[in-house]
Amino acid sequence: MTDDFSKEVEYVARLARLKLSPEEKAIMSDQLSSILKTAQRVRELDTTGVEPTSHVISVPALMREDETRPSLPLNRVLQNAPKRQKDFFRVPRITDRQDEETNGR
Amino acid sequence: MELYEKTAAELSRLLQAGEVSSVEVVRSFMDRIKKMEPYLKAFVTHTPGLALKTAAEVDEKRRRGESLHPLAGVPIAVKDNICTEGLRTTCASRILENYVPPYDATVYRKIKEVGMPVFGKTNMDEFAMGSSTEHSAFYPTRNPWDPERVPGGSSGGSAVAVAAAMVPLALGSDTGGSIRLPASMCGLTGLRPTFGRVSRYGLVAFASSLDQVGPLSVSAQDNALLLNLIAGSDPADSTSLPDPVPDYAERLSVDPSGLRVGLIEQNVEDGFDSEVIAAVKKAAFLLERRGAEVGVVSLPRTGYGLEAYYLIAPSEASSNLGRYDGVRHGICLEDETVESMFNRTRGGGFGAEVKRRIMIGTYALSAGYYDAYYLQAMKVRTLIRRDYETAFKKFDLLIGASSPTTAFKIGEKTDDPLQMYLSDICNITDSLAGVPSISVPSGLHSNGLPMGLQLTAPPLGESLLLKVAYFLEQEGEGPFPRPGSFTSEGGSLSDEA
Repeated sequence: MTDDFSKEVEYVARLARLKLSPEEKAIMSDQLSSILKTAQRVRELDTTGVEPTSHVISVPALMREDETRPSLPLNRVLQNAPKRQKDFFRVPRITDRQDEETNGR
Repeated sequence: MELYEKTAAELSRLLQAGEVSSVEVVRSFMDRIKKMEPYLKAFVTHTPGLALKTAAEVDEKRRRGESLHPLAGVPIAVKDNICTEGLRTTCASRILENYVPPYDATVYRKIKEVGMPVFGKTNMDEFAMGSSTEHSAFYPTRNPWDPERVPGGSSGGSAVAVAAAMVPLALGSDTGGSIRLPASMCGLTGLRPTFGRVSRYGLVAFASSLDQVGPLSVSAQDNALLLNLIAGSDPADSTSLPDPVPDYAERLSVDPSGLRVGLIEQNVEDGFDSEVIAAVKKAAFLLERRGAEVGVVSLPRTGYGLEAYYLIAPSEASSNLGRYDGVRHGICLEDETVESMFNRTRGGGFGAEVKRRIMIGTYALSAGYYDAYYLQAMKVRTLIRRDYETAFKKFDLLIGASSPTTAFKIGEKTDDPLQMYLSDICNITDSLAGVPSISVPSGLHSNGLPMGLQLTAPPLGESLLLKVAYFLEQEGEGPFPRPGSFTSEGGSLSDEA
């Protein structure tokens, strides 16, 4: 791993959908490189044939009868929506008009 | 003695005997909060009106002769990552500063059902990511033993609310030490239950294979009383355990003779504060004198626990926090396209530590690095679990320090994330193994700050942990004292939304 982590920071910030300022990127580059260097120590252990633990519980997940039950009323589901239009969450336009005309038919 | 100085068990007894009313109890804590809170900032949201209303209802039910839960009328505070319907739940984050949950977490529903007056939501490190409560987006919480010092984290607000006698009990959450570390630094008893013992429905997710809800209290008995209420399976949480819940508060006294106690070599390290280690050894020696068989145990792979944890927890966090995008809840920083709105909202809504962890986790999960980082960390987690399984073949209980040092100064570690991460070194591996673990006060350091020791049991060993915690408490002078009070002029206190 190189010490200059700025390229990785750009790439990972894009994957994580995080807008970072140039100052944040510089600090993040230093910190991420040192944190990940330390974390690399996990590679020192021989884990040949070792199963990964993704969950510590070995009992099967709790199941219930597949019955319909009341859900939250729409108004409460939408009560925290930053932008709402009728019964929908409102977001900026996702498709451009061209797509819409083509796909809409 | 003021009512606010009493333990939850004492208040419960007084309430049941009709010697005090819950309204009187609540008023006593209200006065105390007015005095202490301006200095300590343990809460994000105060709800004294709600507490009074609940207390009046409980008093009325008692007058009518209804049968009530032992904790009915006993006040509590709730960490601000536990969803409370109609009551703001911020996770101490800007991105959720206006979030009002449309439903209750199961643990909160249980508290409401038995009539525990809720005094509010407590401060924490943002999304429970931190060891000092300095990563709150709002303000740091101060340690009542020394206001220049941190209370530990991430459940620092809950710990301080109890340590400063603003409430007798509080709920925290523990992913990699977030109950045990602040308990240790504030002189409290803090329990991380077995993974799955307590429902996590409505606990805002940080790292789903690690998060647990648990009690913070002044005494082992109080801790057991609250665990009795919150433990148990929950149809709404498929990871909750179906095992029956014993009465944890019943017959707490235990004769340690024959108990096999392992002193964890890695948790009494040379780099640790010598008085902290001496206090752990003193407790082990006390158990030995009373007939326990004490030996040294090594958990050799736990030396890699911190590294494994700081890959696994951020990886899970990066996935869990994907839901904060400005669409369904929380703040939204508008922009032209959906993607630039996501980027702005997340970049502006999350604090530095949360962004750091999302970045670590996203990196560890990304193509080309997954095997070397995340998968390897999960395999190391298996090796660490095996170390515990081996240790529990020889020992019933493990003992070590809860923290390498006493509380550190505010600002001391905020610029150095790795130093901050090291604060959890004693707590993390129990979390990775999914075993229950409790921090109990082990004495007062010569620097005037409380120290803690940590007891660890095999899965579902909460009863044993609480009994040994109770034994150590009784062998001392009862529950650890709270810090001396401050003198201050309190401000006015009213309900916030």
